[in-house]
Amino acid sequence: MIWNEEFETLPREALQALQLKRLKLLVERVYEAVPYYRNKMEEAGVRPGDIKSLEDLIKLPFTTKEDLRLNYPFGLFAVPFDQVVRIHASSGTTGKPTVVGYTKKDIENWAELMARTLSCGGAHKGDIVHNAYGYGLFTGGLGAHYGAERLGAAVIPISGGNSKRQIMIMQDFGSTVLLCTPSYALNLADVMKEMNVDPASLKIRVGLFGAEPWSENMREEIEKKLGIKAIDIYGLSEVMGPGVASECIEEKKGLHVFEDFFIFEIINPDTGEAVPHGESGELVFTTLTKEAFPVIRYRTKDISRLIAEPCSCGRTFHRMQRITGRSDDMMIIRGVNVFPSQIEHVLMSIEGVEPHYQIIVDRKDALDIMEVQVEVSEQIFSDEVKVMEGLNKKIEREIKDLLGVSCKVKLVEPRTLQRSEGKAKRVIDKRKI
Amino acid sequence: MYSVNSVANERGVEMKVEQISIFLENKYGRLAEVTEVLAKAGINIRALSLADTADFGILRLIVNDTEKAKAVLKDNGFTVGKTEVVAVEVPDRPGGLAGILNALKGEGINVEYMYAFVQRSGENAIIIFRFDDVEKAIYALQEGKIRILKGEEVYSL
Repeated sequence: MIWNEEFETLPREALQALQLKRLKLLVERVYEAVPYYRNKMEEAGVRPGDIKSLEDLIKLPFTTKEDLRLNYPFGLFAVPFDQVVRIHASSGTTGKPTVVGYTKKDIENWAELMARTLSCGGAHKGDIVHNAYGYGLFTGGLGAHYGAERLGAAVIPISGGNSKRQIMIMQDFGSTVLLCTPSYALNLADVMKEMNVDPASLKIRVGLFGAEPWSENMREEIEKKLGIKAIDIYGLSEVMGPGVASECIEEKKGLHVFEDFFIFEIINPDTGEAVPHGESGELVFTTLTKEAFPVIRYRTKDISRLIAEPCSCGRTFHRMQRITGRSDDMMIIRGVNVFPSQIEHVLMSIEGVEPHYQIIVDRKDALDIMEVQVEVSEQIFSDEVKVMEGLNKKIEREIKDLLGVSCKVKLVEPRTLQRSEGKAKRVIDKRKI
Repeated sequence: MYSVNSVANERGVEMKVEQISIFLENKYGRLAEVTEVLAKAGINIRALSLADTADFGILRLIVNDTEKAKAVLKDNGFTVGKTEVVAVEVPDRPGGLAGILNALKGEGINVEYMYAFVQRSGENAIIIFRFDDVEKAIYALQEGKIRILKGEEVYSL
Protein backbone atom coordinates (compact mmCIF):
# COMPACT_ATOMS: atom_id res chain seq x y z
CA MET A 1 0.00 0.00 0.00
CA ILE A 2 0.97 3.58 -0.60
CA TRP A 3 2.00 5.77 2.33
CA ASN A 4 1.09 9.10 0.80
CA GLU A 5 -1.66 8.47 -1.75
CA GLU A 6 -2.00 12.08 -2.76
CA PHE A 7 1.60 12.75 -3.71
CA GLU A 8 2.69 9.30 -4.80
CA THR A 9 -0.07 9.06 -7.42
CA LEU A 10 0.04 12.63 -8.74
CA PRO A 11 -0.60 12.84 -12.49
CA ARG A 12 2.68 13.59 -14.28
CA GLU A 13 1.72 17.17 -15.24
CA ALA A 14 0.84 18.05 -11.68
CA LEU A 15 4.06 16.43 -10.44
CA GLN A 16 6.13 18.38 -12.95
CA ALA A 17 4.43 21.64 -12.01
CA LEU A 18 5.27 20.93 -8.38
CA GLN A 19 8.86 20.11 -9.31
CA LEU A 20 9.26 23.36 -11.23
CA LYS A 21 7.82 25.43 -8.41
CA ARG A 22 10.19 23.83 -5.92
CA LEU A 23 13.16 24.04 -8.30
CA LYS A 24 12.75 27.78 -8.74
CA LEU A 25 12.60 28.34 -4.99
CA LEU A 26 15.60 26.08 -4.48
CA VAL A 27 17.78 27.90 -7.00
CA GLU A 28 16.90 31.31 -5.59
CA ARG A 29 17.58 30.21 -2.04
CA VAL A 30 20.88 28.51 -2.85
CA TYR A 31 22.06 31.47 -4.95
CA GLU A 32 21.57 33.74 -1.94
CA ALA A 33 22.73 31.41 0.81
CA VAL A 34 25.72 29.47 -0.53
CA PRO A 35 28.58 31.57 -1.98
CA TYR A 36 30.20 28.52 -3.57
CA TYR A 37 27.07 27.67 -5.55
CA ARG A 38 26.58 31.30 -6.52
CA ASN A 39 30.12 31.48 -7.87
CA LYS A 40 29.61 28.30 -9.85
CA MET A 41 26.38 29.62 -11.29
CA GLU A 42 27.95 32.96 -12.19
CA GLU A 43 30.83 31.16 -13.88
CA ALA A 44 28.28 29.15 -15.85
CA GLY A 45 26.51 32.39 -16.74
CA VAL A 46 23.20 31.42 -15.15
CA ARG A 47 21.02 33.29 -12.65
CA PRO A 48 17.93 32.12 -10.73
CA GLY A 49 15.66 34.04 -13.10
CA ASP A 50 16.87 31.88 -16.00
CA ILE A 51 15.10 28.82 -14.61
CA LYS A 52 11.66 29.07 -16.18
CA SER A 53 10.98 25.45 -17.08
CA LEU A 54 12.22 22.01 -16.08
CA GLU A 55 14.28 21.92 -19.29
CA ASP A 56 16.29 24.86 -17.92
CA LEU A 57 17.71 22.53 -15.27
CA ILE A 58 20.57 21.73 -17.63
CA LYS A 59 21.70 25.35 -17.51
CA LEU A 60 22.80 24.77 -13.93
CA PRO A 61 26.32 23.44 -13.28
CA PHE A 62 26.91 19.96 -11.88
CA THR A 63 28.00 19.36 -8.30
CA THR A 64 30.60 16.70 -7.61
CA LYS A 65 32.15 14.99 -4.61
CA GLU A 66 35.17 17.19 -5.22
CA ASP A 67 33.01 20.28 -4.60
CA LEU A 68 31.94 18.77 -1.29
CA ARG A 69 35.54 17.99 -0.40
CA LEU A 70 36.65 21.54 -1.19
CA ASN A 71 34.01 22.87 1.16
CA TYR A 72 34.70 20.53 4.05
CA PRO A 73 33.11 20.54 6.53
CA PHE A 74 30.21 22.98 6.43
CA GLY A 75 30.91 25.26 3.45
CA LEU A 76 27.89 24.14 1.45
CA PHE A 77 25.36 24.43 4.27
CA ALA A 78 22.54 26.77 3.23
CA VAL A 79 21.15 27.69 6.64
CA PRO A 80 22.60 29.38 9.73
CA PHE A 81 24.33 26.72 11.76
CA ASP A 82 21.97 27.02 14.72
CA GLN A 83 19.25 25.56 12.50
CA VAL A 84 21.24 22.39 11.88
CA VAL A 85 19.99 19.59 14.13
CA ARG A 86 21.84 16.61 12.65
CA ILE A 87 25.18 15.98 11.01
CA HIS A 88 26.08 12.83 9.11
CA ALA A 89 29.19 11.85 7.21
CA SER A 90 30.21 9.29 4.68
CA SER A 91 33.47 8.23 3.09
CA GLY A 92 35.46 10.90 1.31
CA THR A 93 38.01 10.17 -1.39
CA THR A 94 41.01 11.07 0.78
CA GLY A 95 41.60 11.67 4.47
CA LYS A 96 38.44 13.61 5.27
CA PRO A 97 34.84 12.37 5.19
CA THR A 98 32.02 13.91 3.17
CA VAL A 99 29.81 15.91 5.57
CA VAL A 100 26.07 16.60 5.28
CA GLY A 101 23.58 18.38 7.55
CA TYR A 102 19.83 18.49 8.29
CA THR A 103 17.35 20.96 9.73
CA LYS A 104 14.32 19.83 11.73
CA LYS A 105 12.20 20.02 8.57
CA ASP A 106 14.80 17.99 6.64
CA ILE A 107 14.62 15.26 9.27
CA GLU A 108 10.81 15.23 9.07
CA ASN A 109 10.89 14.99 5.28
CA TRP A 110 13.48 12.23 5.48
CA ALA A 111 11.26 10.28 7.88
CA GLU A 112 8.34 10.77 5.49
CA LEU A 113 10.38 9.42 2.58
CA MET A 114 11.64 6.44 4.53
CA ALA A 115 8.06 5.70 5.64
CA ARG A 116 7.12 5.71 1.94
CA THR A 117 10.01 3.34 1.27
CA LEU A 118 8.88 0.94 3.97
CA SER A 119 5.36 1.08 2.57
CA CYS A 120 6.76 0.20 -0.84
CA GLY A 121 7.92 -3.00 0.82
CA GLY A 122 4.49 -3.62 2.30
CA ALA A 123 5.51 -2.66 5.83
CA HIS A 124 2.91 -0.94 8.03
CA LYS A 125 2.01 0.23 11.51
CA GLY A 126 2.26 -2.67 13.91
CA ASP A 127 5.23 -4.26 12.15
CA ILE A 128 8.41 -4.96 14.07
CA VAL A 129 11.28 -3.47 12.09
CA HIS A 130 14.65 -5.13 12.63
CA ASN A 131 17.07 -2.34 11.71
CA ALA A 132 20.52 -3.79 11.14
CA TYR A 133 21.79 -0.85 9.09
CA GLY A 134 24.74 0.81 10.83
CA TYR A 135 23.88 3.50 13.35
CA GLY A 136 26.28 6.40 13.76
CA LEU A 137 27.62 8.88 11.26
CA PHE A 138 26.37 6.77 8.37
CA THR A 139 22.89 7.75 7.22
CA GLY A 140 21.61 4.16 6.93
CA GLY A 141 20.75 3.37 10.54
CA LEU A 142 19.14 6.57 11.72
CA GLY A 143 17.52 7.26 8.36
CA ALA A 144 15.70 3.92 8.40
CA HIS A 145 14.96 4.31 12.10
CA TYR A 146 13.06 7.57 11.86
CA GLY A 147 11.14 6.26 8.86
CA ALA A 148 10.03 3.18 10.75
CA GLU A 149 8.89 5.30 13.70
CA ARG A 150 6.96 7.61 11.37
CA LEU A 151 5.33 4.53 9.84
CA GLY A 152 4.16 3.55 13.30
CA ALA A 153 6.17 0.36 13.45
CA ALA A 154 8.19 -0.81 16.46
CA VAL A 155 11.88 -0.34 15.67
CA ILE A 156 14.61 -2.58 17.04
CA PRO A 157 17.72 -0.40 16.63
CA ILE A 158 20.09 -3.35 16.59
CA SER A 159 22.61 -1.92 14.04
CA GLY A 160 25.14 -4.30 12.45
CA GLY A 161 27.19 -7.23 13.69
CA ASN A 162 26.84 -10.13 16.14
CA SER A 163 24.73 -12.32 13.87
CA LYS A 164 23.91 -14.92 16.51
CA ARG A 165 22.41 -12.30 18.75
CA GLN A 166 20.47 -10.79 15.86
CA ILE A 167 18.89 -14.16 15.13
CA MET A 168 18.03 -14.73 18.77
CA ILE A 169 16.27 -11.36 18.80
CA MET A 170 14.41 -12.18 15.59
CA GLN A 171 13.14 -15.32 17.27
CA ASP A 172 12.31 -13.78 20.64
CA PHE A 173 10.97 -10.39 19.54
CA GLY A 174 9.27 -11.64 16.37
CA SER A 175 10.83 -9.19 13.88
CA THR A 176 8.67 -8.92 10.75
CA VAL A 177 10.65 -6.57 8.52
CA LEU A 178 14.42 -6.87 7.98
CA LEU A 179 16.65 -3.91 7.08
CA CYS A 180 20.31 -4.57 6.25
CA THR A 181 22.72 -4.95 3.35
CA PRO A 182 21.94 -7.82 0.97
CA SER A 183 25.23 -9.56 1.72
CA TYR A 184 24.50 -9.38 5.44
CA ALA A 185 21.15 -11.01 4.80
CA LEU A 186 22.95 -13.97 3.23
CA ASN A 187 25.35 -14.05 6.15
CA LEU A 188 22.39 -14.23 8.54
CA ALA A 189 21.00 -17.11 6.48
CA ASP A 190 24.31 -18.97 6.85
CA VAL A 191 24.45 -18.37 10.60
CA MET A 192 20.84 -19.54 10.96
CA LYS A 193 21.86 -22.79 9.33
CA GLU A 194 24.77 -23.15 11.76
CA MET A 195 22.43 -22.47 14.67
CA ASN A 196 19.85 -24.94 13.31
CA VAL A 197 17.28 -22.18 13.15
CA ASP A 198 14.73 -22.75 10.40
CA PRO A 199 14.09 -19.39 8.68
CA ALA A 200 10.49 -20.49 8.17
CA SER A 201 10.06 -20.42 11.94
CA LEU A 202 10.79 -16.68 12.00
CA LYS A 203 8.16 -14.03 11.43
CA ILE A 204 10.15 -11.99 8.90
CA ARG A 205 8.19 -11.60 5.69
CA VAL A 206 10.09 -8.88 3.79
CA GLY A 207 13.56 -7.35 3.64
CA LEU A 208 14.51 -3.93 2.31
CA PHE A 209 18.10 -4.17 1.20
CA GLY A 210 20.49 -1.50 0.01
CA ALA A 211 23.80 0.30 0.58
CA GLU A 212 25.53 -1.95 -1.94
CA PRO A 213 24.84 -3.26 -5.45
CA TRP A 214 23.21 -6.66 -5.78
CA SER A 215 21.87 -8.77 -8.67
CA GLU A 216 18.64 -10.59 -9.45
CA ASN A 217 20.48 -13.81 -8.72
CA MET A 218 21.30 -12.59 -5.28
CA ARG A 219 17.68 -11.58 -4.73
CA GLU A 220 16.55 -15.10 -5.63
CA GLU A 221 19.10 -16.56 -3.25
CA ILE A 222 17.99 -14.33 -0.37
CA GLU A 223 14.30 -14.96 -1.02
CA LYS A 224 14.84 -18.69 -1.19
CA LYS A 225 17.15 -19.01 1.81
CA LEU A 226 15.17 -16.74 4.14
CA GLY A 227 11.69 -17.38 2.77
CA ILE A 228 10.97 -13.65 2.45
CA LYS A 229 10.34 -11.07 -0.26
CA ALA A 230 13.40 -8.94 -0.96
CA ILE A 231 13.28 -5.44 -2.38
CA ASP A 232 15.99 -2.97 -3.38
CA ILE A 233 16.15 0.48 -1.83
CA TYR A 234 18.45 3.32 -2.78
CA GLY A 235 19.87 6.46 -1.31
CA LEU A 236 23.11 8.31 -0.69
CA SER A 237 24.18 10.71 2.04
CA GLU A 238 25.03 13.53 -0.32
CA VAL A 239 21.42 13.58 -1.51
CA MET A 240 19.82 12.63 1.83
CA GLY A 241 20.38 9.02 2.87
CA PRO A 242 18.13 5.97 2.35
CA GLY A 243 14.69 6.93 1.07
CA VAL A 244 15.61 8.48 -2.27
CA ALA A 245 14.17 5.61 -4.29
CA SER A 246 12.59 2.21 -3.69
CA GLU A 247 11.31 -0.86 -5.51
CA CYS A 248 7.68 -1.66 -4.90
CA ILE A 249 6.73 -5.09 -3.70
CA GLU A 250 4.11 -5.32 -6.43
CA GLU A 251 6.57 -5.42 -9.32
CA LYS A 252 10.14 -5.44 -7.89
CA LYS A 253 11.33 -4.01 -11.18
CA GLY A 254 13.09 -0.67 -10.99
CA LEU A 255 13.08 1.76 -8.08
CA HIS A 256 10.50 4.56 -7.86
CA VAL A 257 12.32 7.84 -7.27
CA PHE A 258 10.35 10.16 -4.98
CA GLU A 259 10.21 12.85 -7.62
CA ASP A 260 8.28 15.40 -5.57
CA PHE A 261 11.45 15.65 -3.49
CA PHE A 262 14.16 14.87 -6.07
CA ILE A 263 14.68 15.47 -9.77
CA PHE A 264 16.81 12.78 -11.35
CA GLU A 265 18.66 12.76 -14.65
CA ILE A 266 20.66 10.13 -16.52
CA ILE A 267 23.69 11.62 -18.23
CA ASN A 268 26.61 10.51 -20.34
CA PRO A 269 29.48 10.61 -17.81
CA ASP A 270 31.98 11.81 -20.39
CA THR A 271 30.00 14.57 -22.08
CA GLY A 272 27.54 15.56 -19.34
CA GLU A 273 24.68 15.47 -21.85
CA ALA A 274 21.42 13.66 -21.20
CA VAL A 275 21.44 10.15 -22.69
CA PRO A 276 18.70 9.17 -25.14
CA HIS A 277 15.51 8.14 -23.34
CA GLY A 278 15.92 4.76 -21.61
CA GLU A 279 19.67 4.38 -22.15
CA SER A 280 22.25 3.73 -19.44
CA GLY A 281 24.18 6.56 -17.88
CA GLU A 282 25.23 8.28 -14.69
CA LEU A 283 22.55 9.17 -12.13
CA VAL A 284 22.32 12.86 -11.21
CA PHE A 285 20.08 14.21 -8.43
CA THR A 286 18.76 17.66 -7.53
CA THR A 287 17.14 18.01 -4.10
CA LEU A 288 13.94 20.07 -4.14
CA THR A 289 13.19 20.65 -0.48
CA LYS A 290 16.38 20.13 1.53
CA GLU A 291 17.13 23.17 3.67
CA ALA A 292 20.51 22.59 5.32
CA PHE A 293 22.30 20.74 2.55
CA PRO A 294 20.64 21.17 -0.82
CA VAL A 295 22.48 19.80 -3.87
CA ILE A 296 22.05 20.82 -7.47
CA ARG A 297 22.68 18.24 -10.17
CA TYR A 298 24.83 16.03 -7.94
CA ARG A 299 26.79 13.47 -9.94
CA THR A 300 26.50 10.19 -8.09
CA LYS A 301 28.79 8.09 -10.33
CA ASP A 302 26.19 5.32 -10.07
CA ILE A 303 25.15 3.84 -13.42
CA SER A 304 21.44 3.31 -14.06
CA ARG A 305 18.72 4.00 -16.64
CA LEU A 306 15.27 5.48 -16.75
CA ILE A 307 12.16 3.29 -16.63
CA ALA A 308 9.22 5.51 -17.53
CA GLU A 309 6.53 2.89 -18.08
CA PRO A 310 3.54 3.05 -15.73
CA CYS A 311 3.74 0.67 -12.78
CA SER A 312 0.98 -1.64 -11.55
CA CYS A 313 1.50 -0.39 -7.99
CA GLY A 314 -0.18 2.87 -8.95
CA ARG A 315 2.70 5.18 -8.09
CA THR A 316 3.29 7.66 -10.87
CA PHE A 317 6.94 8.23 -10.03
CA HIS A 318 9.39 7.19 -12.73
CA ARG A 319 11.73 4.40 -11.87
CA MET A 320 15.51 4.04 -12.02
CA GLN A 321 16.94 0.65 -12.86
CA ARG A 322 18.83 -1.07 -10.03
CA ILE A 323 22.42 0.15 -9.97
CA THR A 324 24.59 -1.94 -12.26
CA GLY A 325 27.96 -0.35 -11.60
CA ARG A 326 29.87 2.85 -11.07
CA SER A 327 31.78 5.17 -13.32
CA ASP A 328 34.62 5.52 -10.82
CA ASP A 329 36.69 3.13 -8.74
CA MET A 330 34.71 3.31 -5.54
CA MET A 331 34.01 -0.03 -3.88
CA ILE A 332 31.46 -0.99 -1.29
CA ILE A 333 32.84 -3.28 1.40
CA ARG A 334 30.30 -4.63 3.89
CA GLY A 335 28.08 -1.65 3.11
CA VAL A 336 30.84 0.94 3.53
CA ASN A 337 32.05 3.09 0.64
CA VAL A 338 35.77 2.72 0.09
CA PHE A 339 37.89 4.64 -2.39
CA PRO A 340 41.29 3.25 -3.40
CA SER A 341 42.56 6.80 -2.97
CA GLN A 342 41.79 6.56 0.74
CA ILE A 343 44.05 3.53 0.99
CA GLU A 344 46.68 5.42 -0.94
CA HIS A 345 46.32 8.32 1.49
CA VAL A 346 47.10 6.01 4.43
CA LEU A 347 50.07 4.40 2.72
CA MET A 348 51.63 7.69 1.74
CA SER A 349 51.33 9.00 5.29
CA ILE A 350 53.49 6.18 6.61
CA GLU A 351 57.13 7.07 6.12
CA GLY A 352 58.98 5.04 3.57
CA VAL A 353 55.95 3.24 2.19
CA GLU A 354 55.73 3.64 -1.54
CA PRO A 355 52.26 3.77 -3.10
CA HIS A 356 52.70 0.43 -4.87
CA TYR A 357 49.69 -1.46 -3.68
CA GLN A 358 46.79 -3.53 -4.86
CA ILE A 359 43.42 -4.16 -3.31
CA ILE A 360 41.88 -7.61 -3.64
CA VAL A 361 38.21 -7.82 -2.76
CA ASP A 362 36.39 -11.10 -2.33
CA ARG A 363 33.39 -12.50 -0.56
CA LYS A 364 33.69 -15.42 1.87
CA ASP A 365 30.68 -16.80 3.73
CA ALA A 366 28.63 -13.94 2.30
CA LEU A 367 30.87 -11.31 3.92
CA ASP A 368 33.11 -8.98 1.95
CA ILE A 369 36.80 -9.21 2.69
CA MET A 370 39.42 -6.78 1.54
CA GLU A 371 43.12 -7.52 1.30
CA VAL A 372 45.56 -4.71 0.67
CA GLN A 373 48.84 -5.90 -0.77
CA VAL A 374 51.70 -3.48 -0.19
CA GLU A 375 55.11 -3.75 -1.79
CA VAL A 376 58.06 -3.84 0.59
CA SER A 377 60.64 -1.29 -0.48
CA GLU A 378 64.17 -1.08 0.86
CA GLN A 379 63.27 1.87 3.03
CA ILE A 380 60.70 -0.02 5.07
CA PHE A 381 62.40 -3.41 5.02
CA SER A 382 63.94 -4.53 8.28
CA ASP A 383 65.84 -7.66 9.18
CA GLU A 384 63.60 -8.06 12.23
CA VAL A 385 60.31 -9.92 11.99
CA LYS A 386 58.76 -7.88 14.78
CA VAL A 387 59.42 -4.66 12.89
CA MET A 388 57.79 -6.01 9.73
CA GLU A 389 54.82 -7.35 11.67
CA GLY A 390 54.56 -4.03 13.48
CA LEU A 391 54.41 -2.24 10.14
CA ASN A 392 51.78 -4.66 8.87
CA LYS A 393 49.60 -4.07 11.92
CA LYS A 394 50.12 -0.32 11.74
CA ILE A 395 48.88 -0.14 8.17
CA GLU A 396 45.86 -2.31 9.07
CA ARG A 397 45.07 -0.09 12.04
CA GLU A 398 45.34 3.16 10.10
CA ILE A 399 43.18 1.85 7.28
CA LYS A 400 40.56 0.76 9.79
CA ASP A 401 40.68 4.13 11.55
CA LEU A 402 40.23 6.09 8.34
CA LEU A 403 37.82 3.90 6.43
CA GLY A 404 35.75 2.46 9.27
CA VAL A 405 36.13 -1.00 7.84
CA SER A 406 38.89 -3.50 8.58
CA CYS A 407 41.06 -5.26 6.05
CA LYS A 408 44.00 -7.61 5.93
CA VAL A 409 47.32 -6.16 4.88
CA LYS A 410 49.78 -8.43 3.13
CA LEU A 411 53.36 -7.32 2.57
CA VAL A 412 54.62 -8.50 -0.81
CA GLU A 413 57.84 -8.43 -2.75
CA PRO A 414 58.44 -5.46 -5.03
CA ARG A 415 57.45 -5.57 -8.65
CA THR A 416 55.15 -8.51 -8.06
CA LEU A 417 52.17 -6.21 -8.36
CA GLN A 418 50.98 -5.33 -11.84
CA ARG A 419 52.65 -2.37 -13.37
CA SER A 420 50.45 -0.98 -16.07
CA GLU A 421 50.89 1.78 -18.54
CA GLY A 422 48.95 4.81 -17.44
CA LYS A 423 46.48 4.17 -14.63
CA ALA A 424 47.56 1.34 -12.34
CA LYS A 425 44.94 -1.35 -11.80
CA ARG A 426 44.47 -0.83 -8.10
CA VAL A 427 41.51 -3.06 -7.46
CA ILE A 428 40.85 -6.68 -8.26
CA ASP A 429 37.26 -7.46 -7.34
CA LYS A 430 36.61 -11.19 -7.29
CA ARG A 431 33.07 -10.94 -6.01
CA LYS A 432 30.24 -12.13 -8.17
CA ILE A 433 27.13 -10.33 -7.09
CA MET B 1 79.46 3.03 31.76
CA TYR B 2 81.16 2.57 28.46
CA SER B 3 82.67 5.23 26.33
CA VAL B 4 81.35 5.35 22.81
CA ASN B 5 84.64 6.73 21.60
CA SER B 6 86.61 3.63 22.56
CA VAL B 7 84.47 1.53 20.24
CA ALA B 8 83.60 3.98 17.49
CA ASN B 9 87.05 3.65 16.02
CA GLU B 10 88.51 1.31 13.42
CA ARG B 11 88.66 -1.59 15.84
CA GLY B 12 84.91 -1.27 16.42
CA VAL B 13 84.11 -1.40 12.71
CA GLU B 14 86.18 -4.52 12.18
CA MET B 15 84.36 -6.30 15.00
CA LYS B 16 81.04 -6.11 13.21
CA VAL B 17 79.92 -8.59 10.60
CA GLU B 18 77.71 -7.58 7.68
CA GLN B 19 74.60 -9.65 7.26
CA ILE B 20 72.30 -9.48 4.25
CA SER B 21 68.57 -9.85 4.81
CA ILE B 22 66.07 -10.60 2.07
CA PHE B 23 62.28 -10.24 2.16
CA LEU B 24 60.50 -13.32 0.81
CA GLU B 25 56.82 -13.90 0.29
CA ASN B 26 55.71 -17.36 1.30
CA LYS B 27 55.66 -18.39 -2.32
CA TYR B 28 56.90 -21.70 -3.56
CA GLY B 29 60.37 -21.51 -4.99
CA ARG B 30 61.44 -18.08 -3.78
CA LEU B 31 64.15 -19.46 -1.52
CA ALA B 32 65.52 -21.62 -4.33
CA GLU B 33 65.66 -18.57 -6.58
CA VAL B 34 67.78 -16.67 -4.08
CA THR B 35 70.31 -19.47 -3.82
CA GLU B 36 70.40 -19.83 -7.61
CA VAL B 37 71.02 -16.13 -8.13
CA LEU B 38 73.86 -16.18 -5.65
CA ALA B 39 75.32 -19.36 -7.09
CA LYS B 40 75.36 -17.88 -10.61
CA ALA B 41 77.30 -14.90 -9.26
CA GLY B 42 79.79 -17.16 -7.57
CA ILE B 43 78.80 -16.06 -4.08
CA ASN B 44 79.51 -18.41 -1.22
CA ILE B 45 77.02 -18.51 1.66
CA ARG B 46 78.77 -18.79 5.02
CA ALA B 47 75.74 -18.86 7.30
CA LEU B 48 72.03 -18.49 6.98
CA SER B 49 68.85 -18.34 8.97
CA LEU B 50 65.26 -18.13 7.84
CA ALA B 51 62.65 -16.47 10.03
CA ASP B 52 59.09 -17.10 9.00
CA THR B 53 55.59 -15.79 9.70
CA ALA B 54 52.31 -16.88 8.17
CA ASP B 55 52.70 -14.42 5.31
CA PHE B 56 56.38 -13.85 4.66
CA GLY B 57 59.91 -14.87 5.56
CA ILE B 58 63.11 -12.96 6.21
CA LEU B 59 66.22 -14.74 4.98
CA ARG B 60 69.42 -13.70 6.70
CA LEU B 61 72.73 -14.52 5.07
CA ILE B 62 76.40 -14.07 5.71
CA VAL B 63 78.31 -14.34 2.45
CA ASN B 64 81.88 -14.06 1.30
CA ASP B 65 81.23 -10.88 -0.77
CA THR B 66 78.50 -8.77 0.75
CA GLU B 67 78.46 -5.91 -1.78
CA LYS B 68 78.38 -8.19 -4.81
CA ALA B 69 75.63 -10.29 -3.28
CA LYS B 70 73.52 -7.23 -2.53
CA ALA B 71 73.94 -5.89 -6.05
CA VAL B 72 73.11 -9.13 -7.80
CA LEU B 73 70.06 -9.77 -5.60
CA LYS B 74 68.73 -6.26 -6.19
CA ASP B 75 69.21 -6.66 -9.94
CA ASN B 76 67.04 -9.73 -9.73
CA GLY B 77 64.22 -7.84 -8.05
CA PHE B 78 64.72 -8.79 -4.40
CA THR B 79 64.30 -6.37 -1.49
CA VAL B 80 67.60 -6.49 0.34
CA GLY B 81 68.80 -4.97 3.58
CA LYS B 82 72.16 -4.91 5.34
CA THR B 83 72.59 -5.22 9.09
CA GLU B 84 75.55 -5.28 11.45
CA VAL B 85 75.74 -8.42 13.55
CA VAL B 86 78.43 -9.86 15.80
CA ALA B 87 80.13 -13.27 15.50
CA VAL B 88 80.93 -14.57 18.95
CA GLU B 89 83.11 -17.49 19.89
CA VAL B 90 81.29 -19.82 22.24
CA PRO B 91 83.16 -22.47 24.26
CA ASP B 92 81.90 -25.84 23.08
CA ARG B 93 80.80 -27.18 26.45
CA PRO B 94 77.67 -26.99 28.63
CA GLY B 95 77.38 -23.47 30.00
CA GLY B 96 79.31 -21.95 27.13
CA LEU B 97 76.39 -20.02 25.76
CA ALA B 98 74.93 -19.27 29.21
CA GLY B 99 78.13 -17.51 30.20
CA ILE B 100 77.94 -15.22 27.20
CA LEU B 101 74.27 -14.41 27.65
CA ASN B 102 74.90 -13.56 31.31
CA ALA B 103 77.64 -11.10 30.39
CA LEU B 104 75.16 -9.39 28.07
CA LYS B 105 72.26 -9.45 30.53
CA GLY B 106 74.41 -7.69 33.07
CA GLU B 107 74.73 -4.72 30.78
CA GLY B 108 71.03 -4.70 29.84
CA ILE B 109 71.65 -5.66 26.22
CA ASN B 110 68.82 -7.25 24.20
CA VAL B 111 69.36 -10.05 21.74
CA GLU B 112 66.95 -9.70 18.82
CA TYR B 113 67.88 -13.04 17.30
CA MET B 114 70.82 -15.43 16.92
CA TYR B 115 71.88 -18.40 14.86
CA ALA B 116 74.87 -20.72 14.71
CA PHE B 117 77.66 -21.09 12.20
CA VAL B 118 78.38 -24.53 10.86
CA GLN B 119 82.12 -23.81 10.79
CA ARG B 120 84.03 -23.81 14.02
CA SER B 121 86.72 -21.48 15.21
CA GLY B 122 89.32 -23.88 16.50
CA GLU B 123 87.70 -25.71 19.39
CA ASN B 124 84.84 -23.25 19.71
CA ALA B 125 81.44 -22.85 18.16
CA ILE B 126 80.52 -19.57 16.50
CA ILE B 127 77.18 -17.86 17.02
CA ILE B 128 75.89 -14.84 15.13
CA PHE B 129 74.09 -12.33 17.35
CA ARG B 130 71.83 -9.47 16.37
CA PHE B 131 71.72 -6.90 19.16
CA ASP B 132 69.49 -3.88 19.68
CA ASP B 133 72.64 -1.85 20.54
CA VAL B 134 75.64 -3.34 18.77
CA GLU B 135 78.25 -0.88 20.13
CA LYS B 136 77.24 -1.50 23.73
CA ALA B 137 77.17 -5.26 23.12
CA ILE B 138 80.69 -5.34 21.67
CA TYR B 139 81.95 -3.37 24.64
CA ALA B 140 80.25 -5.73 27.09
CA LEU B 141 81.64 -8.81 25.36
CA GLN B 142 85.17 -7.39 25.26
CA GLU B 143 84.91 -6.48 28.94
CA GLY B 144 83.86 -10.06 29.61
CA LYS B 145 86.93 -11.27 27.74
CA ILE B 146 84.69 -12.99 25.24
CA ARG B 147 86.26 -13.40 21.83
CA ILE B 148 84.58 -11.74 18.88
CA LEU B 149 85.52 -12.75 15.37
CA LYS B 150 86.35 -9.97 12.96
CA GLY B 151 84.26 -9.55 9.83
CA GLU B 152 87.09 -10.58 7.52
CA GLU B 153 87.65 -13.74 9.56
CA VAL B 154 84.01 -14.70 9.20
CA TYR B 155 83.62 -14.06 5.46
CA SER B 156 86.53 -16.30 4.63
CA LEU B 157 85.89 -19.10 7.08
